[in-house]
This record gives sequence, C-alpha cells and structure tokens, in this order.
Amino acid sequence: MITFMNNSDSEEEPCNERTSLMSAESPPVPSYQDGLQASEAGEAQAHRKRRTGSSHSPNNIADGDMSDSGVPVRESALENEEEELTLKYGAKHVIMLFVPVTLCMIVVVATIKSVRFYTEKNGQLIYTPFSEDTPSVGQRLLNSVLNTIIMISVIVVMTVFLVLLYKYRCYKFIHGWLILSSLMLLFLFTYIYLGEVLKTYNVAMDYPTLFLVIWNFGAVGMICIHWKGPLQLQQAYLIMISALMALVFIKYLPEWSAWVILGAISIYDLMAVLCPKGPLRMLVETAQERNEPIFPALIYSSAMMWTVGMAKPDTAARGPSQQTWDAGEDGRDNHRSPSHADSQMSETRSPVPTRPITSFEELEEEERGVKLGLGDFIFYSVLVGKAAATASGDWNTTLACFVAILIGLCLTLLLLAVFKKALPALPISITFGLVFYFSTDNLVRPFMDTLASHQLYI
Amino acid sequence: AFFWLVSLLLSSLIWFIAVKASDPRDESLQKGLLIFGVMFSVLLQEAFRFLYYKLLRKAIEGLVALSEDGCSPISIQQMAYVAGVGFGLMSGAFSMINLLADTLGPGTVGIHGDSQLYFLTSAFMTMVLIFLHTFWGILFFHGCEHRRWWEVVAVVVMHLAVSGSTFCNPLYVGSLVPSYLLMAAAATWAYVLSGGSAQNLWRFLLCKS
Repeated sequence: MITFMNNSDSEEEPCNERTSLMSAESPPVPSYQDGLQASEAGEAQAHRKRRTGSSHSPNNIADGDMSDSGVPVRESALENEEEELTLKYGAKHVIMLFVPVTLCMIVVVATIKSVRFYTEKNGQLIYTPFSEDTPSVGQRLLNSVLNTIIMISVIVVMTVFLVLLYKYRCYKFIHGWLILSSLMLLFLFTYIYLGEVLKTYNVAMDYPTLFLVIWNFGAVGMICIHWKGPLQLQQAYLIMISALMALVFIKYLPEWSAWVILGAISIYDLMAVLCPKGPLRMLVETAQERNEPIFPALIYSSAMMWTVGMAKPDTAARGPSQQTWDAGEDGRDNHRSPSHADSQMSETRSPVPTRPITSFEELEEEERGVKLGLGDFIFYSVLVGKAAATASGDWNTTLACFVAILIGLCLTLLLLAVFKKALPALPISITFGLVFYFSTDNLVRPFMDTLASHQLYI
Repeated sequence: AFFWLVSLLLSSLIWFIAVKASDPRDESLQKGLLIFGVMFSVLLQEAFRFLYYKLLRKAIEGLVALSEDGCSPISIQQMAYVAGVGFGLMSGAFSMINLLADTLGPGTVGIHGDSQLYFLTSAFMTMVLIFLHTFWGILFFHGCEHRRWWEVVAVVVMHLAVSGSTFCNPLYVGSLVPSYLLMAAAATWAYVLSGGSAQNLWRFLLCKS
C-alpha cells in the first residue's frame, strides 16, 4: 500500500478538482455563480468538470418570466425583487456552503490529529521531485519554488488538455477519465485510510469484512456520484473524497512546498478565471455555447436539479443559467483549474417560465442551490490540515485558519452577488488563511501562551 | 468572530514587537509589558467592535434600501446580539481550546505548586467572559445607536476592569467574584435595554402567554 504511493511512476496524482465559485445566473434572476476549482487527484487522468451554479428562487421566474424578451417595466420592478431575493438567498447559500466545508475540514483535522500516518514523511510524489532536506534555508526555498513550478505547470497542461478534449468533443475519454479517478479515490484511498485508522485504534479486522465494507462503500459511491442517488448521500460522498484527497496532499507535499503551492494555486486560479484567454473561462464558454450539461462528478451541489424531462423550450427565453465548471484532472497531473465563472446553461435550470408555477415552483425552489467545486474543498482542507499538523500542536492556529477561510468564502460569495459572474473561490480564502496561519503561529501563539500561563484574560 | 481575531492579531503583533525589543531577562519589565499588552488588546478589541458596528450599520442601510417595505429583515438589536456572541465565542475558544486539549493529558494539575483549581477557574472565567462579551455587544451597539457615549465608555471601562481583575490570579476570589458581579449587572442592563422588564420576566417564568 504504502509503496504504491511512494515515488512510483505509475502513481498518479489524485485528481484535483478545481472548484470555482460560480453562481448560476439567469438574466432576470441573478444567481450566484460559484466558480469552483476542483482539483481532483486520481489515478487515472480523469477530468472532472465542475460546475456550480446557484439559482434563485423560482418566484421570479414564475411570475415574471424572466426571459430575455421581458417587458422592460416588469424587468425593473422585478429587478429590485431579484436583488432582495439575491441577498436573502445569498445568505442561505452561504450557510449551505459553510456546512460542507466545515464538515470536510473537521474530518481532515480529526484524522490529522489522531492518525499519525498522515503526518509521517514517507516519500514524495513525482510531481514534487525536489527534496526539502537541504542544509541551507536558501536551498530549501529554491527547492520548494521549483516544486511549485512543476506542479503548477502540470496543472496548466492538464487543464489545457481537458479544454481541448472538451472542445473536440471527446466525451467518452473524459467520462472514462472521471470514472477511473473516482474509482481510485473511492476504493484505493479509502482502503488505505481505513487501514490506518484501524491501526491507530488497534481494532482487528479480517479481510472478508474489509472487502465487503469497501466494496459496498465504493460501489454506492460510484453510483451516487456519477449517476443518480439521494442528494445527501451524494454530498456526503463528495465531502469524503475531498477529505481523502486533501489528506493525501497533506501527507505527500513537503512543508514549504505545500505553502508555496497553495499561494501559487490561488494566483493561478485568479488568472485562469478572470483572464479572457484562461483555460477555465474557455471551457465554460464552450459549454455555454453548446448548452450542455457539465459533468456532475466534480461539483458539490447543495440542491439537486433533475432536469430529465424538465427541459423546456422556453428555457432559452428564460435565460441560461450560468455555471462554472472546472475540469479537474485526475491522474498523473495534479491539475488545478481555477475556479471560474460559469457558463450559461439553460437546460439545467429551467423553471417553467411562463406559467404560474404551482408544484414546479416548489420543486425549483428547493432545487436551487449553490454549487462549489470539489477542488475548493480540497484546498481549504489542505490549508487547515497543514495548520493542524505543523503548527506546534496548537489548536488556536487551526481555529484561526478555519475562521479565516470561512470569512473568505463569505466575501467571495458577496462579490459574486455584486459582480454576478463567475469568480474564483480560492484566492481570497487562501490569502486570508495563509496570512492568519503565519501570523497566528508566530505572533499570537507566544502572546496567548504567556497569558495562559499567568491566567490573564483579555 | 473574525473582527475579534483581527484585533487579537494586531495586539499580539504590538506585544511581540515590544517583547523582542526589550530585555528578556528583566522580569518586572516583562510583566509590565504583559500588562501593557493586555490593556492595549482590550482597547483594540473595543475599537474593532466599533468598526464592526459601523460595518453592520452600512449593511442594514443597504438591506433597508433593497427591501420592499422599508424594513430590514434583521434588526440592529439582533445584530448586536450576534456580534456579541461572535466576539465572545472567539475569545472563549482562543482562551480555552488549548487548555481543553491539555486536559486529555496526564492528571497533574498544579503539581509544581500552582493552584489545583486551574482548569476549573479557567473554565468559569472563560464562561463569564463569553457572557460578558454578549452583553457588551448589546450595550455597545445600543449606545452607538442612540448616541449615548457614556454607555460605550461604560462598556470599555467594564472590559478593562474585568481584564484587570484577572491580574489577581491565582487569588481567584479577586477575579472571579467581581467578574460575576459585573456580569449580573451587565445582564440586567442589557435585558432592560432590549425591552425586557420585571413583568416580562415574571410572565415568562410562569409560562404565561
């Protein structure tokens, strides 16, 4: 097991799903777009596309018919309503995202603190070939920067590759890639994780039981993620695989490289989502042009929209909802796609536009949710997990990073509501997280320790 | 919570610089610096509470402008309460969480001559601080809202007093008792300001509608 992970050429990087925070917007109803960056590591080259979109309440859709050809008078009257609903739903969406992000972080931190496997150094991935065991600080810094460059270029290459695949409609290849990577995550990594947890708590387990458990877990996971399944189960599985991926990163990325990679990824995310020629942006636009659904395997959605049989011809009139999706790459390259804005997808959200909605409305109301790419989950958890692992055993640092990331997420969602286009979810949160980690570890910790030893309270 | 964290960050930055710039062997100087650090941190926390108030004010104005009937969905009192709770939780968490992690270790509290009641008193102190932050939030926002600056000053003075009383530790009677008394006072004050009265309380206790 362990050898498989060590420096083997065939070892593939877990797929990274990129998450971008995108809000789906239909023109009449502003929605949040979460561009998600999902980076997915998996053994195969799987690309996952993530897409997030959040839709607004169907009320507006119902009464107004927010189609492009909407009456101007109604438009302006509805706009105010929309904005207010935007804010209201914005708050709801924020909470809907807080819960899964928090859960993922809790799982990662709990594992890091209890299972010692994930904090032992057992080799490095082939994507970070330079070792950090060098005698001088300058050398170490140089090595970590080189590692970062290699990692980021791998990601860029994979993203571009994915975009090309998508452009030339090689869907089967992409599907196969995605399935292979989630297969690896669900079976292999779970097996390793379970093995380590059982070792830590000294619980005996026989192979047949283990096989049964893992087989069931993995099979149900595959079905839930790639096909249909109860929403909560799918969410739980996505959270679990994000946590597993984050744990792998925490274990196999050397210390300084991890921090530099986190910083570089947010910059890359920013560029790839906002620059006109960025790969993620192109991906989203292509998907928008084709009005196609993106692969659901890489996105965490807080509400499910089953569009089978719901696609209406006048959805086009309604306005496509935008989704942002990033293709995550599994496999050899850790590919991170920056979170990106969304492409307009008309068919996925299509409330019945012109009729007064009755049951459909409620259906849509519940189905409107926020989507966040799994890559974002993974990187947030990597940051918090690294803080828990390496911050001199201090819980304050972990807590500070946690709060910083959540506040960054809030701010990103706020900006999303203001700008109404896809925005990268990583930069703000990761910046806050990094700032707080380094400052809390070096500045706050001695202060709080001294205060606690004298039992003074501030 | 975030604002409290930022204030903590800045105050520890100041303290850290001061410590690094001074002589580490001079005990009384270190103690003095610590006291200075604590007071400065308290003042900074209150400053950040004020900044947070300003931010929430702007947010409420925005919400009112957007809403249909001119009322914001959340009132300033609710925001005051939430702000207080946030501050309190963050300060409590930062004070307690390392201690809690240590309680999982060996049961050797006070084995080197320190007080054996360390964990217990820390827990009580943290609890009273969390409550106090909540009440201070309400009082502070109310004072800012109605331009009664003496209320704001009272909150700051109370905070300084509570922090100062912890300098009596490990003479716990000097810190816990005044803090609890202050908390009771702040609680009644905040309750009255939020529209409560003895009548309401009585009716609530008797479960009347």
